Amino acid sequence: MSALLQSVRRVLAILSKELTQLRRDRTTLGMVIMIPLIQLVLFGYAINTNVRHIPAALVDQANTGLSRALTEAVEATQVVRFTERYVDIPAAQDAIVQGRVRAAFIIPPDLSQRVARSGSVGAGLATPPSTDEQTSRPVAQWIVDGSDTMIAGAIKGLRAMPLTELLRRPANRTTPTFAVALFFNPEQRSAINIVPGLVAVILTMTMVMFTSAAIVRESERGNMEMLINTPVRPLELMLGKIVPYIGIGLVQTAIILLLGHLIFGVPLQGSPLALAVATLAFIGASLALGLVLSTIATSQLQAMQMTVFILLPSILLSGFMFPYEGMPVPAQYIAEVLPATHFMRMIRAVMLRDAGLTEVAGDSLWLLGFTLAGLLVASLRFKKRLD
Amino acid sequence: MTEPVTDPVIEARGLTRRFGDLTAVDALDLTVEPRTIYGFLGPNGCGKTTTVRMLTGLLTPSAGRVRVLGHQLPRDAERLKRQIGYMTQKFSLYDDLTVAENLGFVAEIYGLGHRVARQRIDALLSTYALEPMRNRRAGRMSGGQRQRLALAAATIHEPALLFLDEPTSAVDPENRRDFWERLFDLVDAGASILVSTHYMDEAERCHRLAIMESGHKRADGSPDELMAAMGAQVVEVEAPNLRALKQRLSALPEVISAAQLGSRLRVLVADRIHDPVAWLRTQPLEPVPTALESARPSLEDVFVTSTGSHVGTGGQRA
Ligand SMILES: Nc1ncnc2c1ncn2[C@@H]1O[C@H](COP(=O)(O)OP(=O)(O)OP(=O)(O)O)[C@@H](O)[C@H]1O
Ligand SMILES: [Mg+2]
Repeated sequence: MSALLQSVRRVLAILSKELTQLRRDRTTLGMVIMIPLIQLVLFGYAINTNVRHIPAALVDQANTGLSRALTEAVEATQVVRFTERYVDIPAAQDAIVQGRVRAAFIIPPDLSQRVARSGSVGAGLATPPSTDEQTSRPVAQWIVDGSDTMIAGAIKGLRAMPLTELLRRPANRTTPTFAVALFFNPEQRSAINIVPGLVAVILTMTMVMFTSAAIVRESERGNMEMLINTPVRPLELMLGKIVPYIGIGLVQTAIILLLGHLIFGVPLQGSPLALAVATLAFIGASLALGLVLSTIATSQLQAMQMTVFILLPSILLSGFMFPYEGMPVPAQYIAEVLPATHFMRMIRAVMLRDAGLTEVAGDSLWLLGFTLAGLLVASLRFKKRLD
Repeated sequence: MTEPVTDPVIEARGLTRRFGDLTAVDALDLTVEPRTIYGFLGPNGCGKTTTVRMLTGLLTPSAGRVRVLGHQLPRDAERLKRQIGYMTQKFSLYDDLTVAENLGFVAEIYGLGHRVARQRIDALLSTYALEPMRNRRAGRMSGGQRQRLALAAATIHEPALLFLDEPTSAVDPENRRDFWERLFDLVDAGASILVSTHYMDEAERCHRLAIMESGHKRADGSPDELMAAMGAQVVEVEAPNLRALKQRLSALPEVISAAQLGSRLRVLVADRIHDPVAWLRTQPLEPVPTALESARPSLEDVFVTSTGSHVGTGGQRA
């Protein structure tokens, strides 16, 4: 028998042994299915970058029909929900400090005059006219817990709220400076962006976790001394260890995308082939990364800690949570090293922007290189020695 | 690959392994002839496992030269692997695989053809009485059953040299005899075996053995040679109060050791006393022995003389 054939047989032996062990390990098998399922439903619903229904306090010092109409108009935007009412400003400030509300809306006693004055120049609040100090005074005030920039941003968005309805004027008196056409996600649903990103996060977690434990587990359970006494070569061991998990990664991807489509209506705009190529390249890179960790860790606990060490930047820097372009350049360099960043770019392009093979080729090749380098490093680091 | 027929299968000179400050194996010389069972006898922590790991190429020696089956170690460790079998002290097959799956896995790794593998596995299952538990997971077998499985796995590729590290620690005496029958069968078939143990009855079955103590080889030879060259004579003593007598005897410089065996004391007396029974009678002992009788030395006596605190008084030193 040729040496290559022997080698392939040893890879297959390790592979089928891994599969048998995996089949018997009900907990791990359960995790393979449950992790994507639960996280998809959880994050798909929970992560919402359109901030709505912020609890707010109301201090209505005018207490007129007009002030009540203004309050209703603000609530109608759905950005805030008035959960508390106070008679004076310090009480509202206390509520913010204690965290009972995130913002307070203060309507001054002279609301009618202010509205009248702003109305007299014939413009909404969005375009404070002229140089007249008096006429440019806002009609009411917001006090906001600015520590959460997302919430602060949402309330800042209310600054230019048109008061047309309030003043019984025909709408569209204010002309926006820019016209904005939203491609790809016209309704601005967060899930559309989150679900493809979740594939990257969940695969990073499960793939790196499985393989980072793969080699140390043999040592911890005492099988290593037998294994390294056989003719098996390091690269054969590595290949046999990761191939079963490629299948698992594909199954998890399918679960997430299928449910993402059924529950959240996430489309697949681009080519399925490009999706498959990108996913395989990413799975390979994550598994290889896990293997390298596995040759460094001396216990399964350490392997787990290293997985978390990889997972956190993969969530925070890959573009999953925050736009890649908004990060400082050094952070972008770090992000470039992470397989998740490349995959995030590819899967969003393919699923949401109709990208094809040519668009994903660059990142896929990068991940393929990462995979080969990882396998090589892991094989070289793995010594058939106990010392 | 042909096995050297007359050259020693293992030749080690000055084999040493240090772990930090600790010297686990110290300048060990070892020669194992083909088709023999060579025993490694010694207490816990004396360096048996460390030696076996160096001889299988799994540990790099700190110093010394080793040739195993003609291969220079650690350089040629990879080429050696196909020709040796190693049964580790701790069970190292997969608990979550069945007996048949474990053997199948090992057969594949060693590159046995499918037909050969099936025949070998069937033969091993019947040789080691594992047929009834072919489909039982290794983790659910008894300690002795697991050790039989481990031996089967270590011999599946018919190695020329077999390393067994305390292979019968969990085997009852009855099954231990069977286990050794199988080892002799392997030797008859042409294999050589190095086996570590701390059972005297096992050591006695070896063609040749080394007695180890804290990294040093204290004695080396066939069991008969070792007993003949022990440097001590054995007297069995009966007396009313054995514990008191034992204390008195142990205080004598000529007495290497005194150990209670049921209702008698087994006393080892240094060789320089010509007639130990007569000599003991002349000693002012309290209580006075009721019976004194010289006895045949056992391997345990050899072990005591070569490792005990009286090591300076006898034994064939390496
Ligand atoms: N990897 C290691 N690192 C540090 N010290 C070690 C290592 N392996 C063994 N030792 C030490 O070397 C000495 C010899 O150990 P070894 O396992 O060879 O003993 P042994 O004769 O096999 O004992 P036992 O009968 O208990 O199996 C012991 O003191 C042990 O603590
Ligand atoms: Mg040991």
